[in-house]
Amino acid sequence: MVMAALAGVASPVAAGEIPANARRSSYDLMSRESQAMQDDDDANPGMLWVLEGKALWRLKTGAADKACLDCHGEASISMRGVATRYPAFDGERQQALDLARRINLCRKEYQNATALPYESKELLALTTYVARQSRGLPIADPAADARLQPFIDAGRQTFNRRQGQLNLSCAQCHDDNWDKQLAGNPVTQGQVTGYPLYRLEWQGLGSLQRRMRNCMVGMRAEPFDYGASEFVDLELFMTWRSRGLAIETPAVRP
Amino acid sequence: MARALISVPAKAVRGEIIAIKALVSHHMETGFRHSTTGELIARDIITSFVCRYNGEEIFRADLFPATAANPFVAFYTRATESGTIVFEWTGDNGFSVTEQAAISVE
Repeated sequence: MVMAALAGVASPVAAGEIPANARRSSYDLMSRESQAMQDDDDANPGMLWVLEGKALWRLKTGAADKACLDCHGEASISMRGVATRYPAFDGERQQALDLARRINLCRKEYQNATALPYESKELLALTTYVARQSRGLPIADPAADARLQPFIDAGRQTFNRRQGQLNLSCAQCHDDNWDKQLAGNPVTQGQVTGYPLYRLEWQGLGSLQRRMRNCMVGMRAEPFDYGASEFVDLELFMTWRSRGLAIETPAVRP
Repeated sequence: MARALISVPAKAVRGEIIAIKALVSHHMETGFRHSTTGELIARDIITSFVCRYNGEEIFRADLFPATAANPFVAFYTRATESGTIVFEWTGDNGFSVTEQAAISVE
């Protein structure tokens, strides 16, 4: 593998993969002001979604008239560390699920409620609230679950595949040129430590899929639909790339 | 539905300068943008923020379309006596949110 990389031969393992000791969150690249905004829970606008999620956690809903709280108890205990293990493999469906999908399935199966639309305030709030409980904990290595390996591999292929009118792959920026600038902004490593996160450009909070759709539009490719299996595979691969880094949810990014 | 996050120290020494922070959820639609079909999206912003300490106004701000979504206001005041600090945001389309925090001054 190392030989192939040295020889510059295209291999399924990207030549420019970021070594573990060079991996870092884009938090480090932000201005001091943006960092301060993220660090202060009283100033971090993402905390508004956490607050909303906390209320939804306690809200009885659906035909079952149950709240998340009724099964899971206090999120600060039951949900601690959960986000470090997502996307996770679902044995029943034989597929990988991200946190938002897991929450929606829970709503359907146990609350008899309708699924929340992707990027809706409610789904983002619940996802952020759950992920917040893992803040500071290291992202687990998804490859530890062998059943996830095919999905990680599929995600790796999408990550390395050139697409769109600009004929770019994710890897060309985020593996090969992450230490350079694009139009005056840092390229970043694309580490998925802070999602869902508050983006100043969005004037709001959004999911990793929303961020990836932005990237795909930027490379003039047709973005995948929200919830598409390609996105979950990509999320898994990117989680694998970010393994060991601490969760920052809700992060703030410019 | 709007939510607000406020930060007021629970305790303070009389005469102490305290920091107060207030963050409110609002999309602050400027009124200058157009929808994908070309229609103007009506302005929907918070126009005013007022903070009262035991009924006395200690801070006021007018907000305008250039203010970012989820406006955050931070300021300082002198802790004079125990009581409540009330925060009030009002805006377009009957928007009104009130939050309060207790402070104990010794």
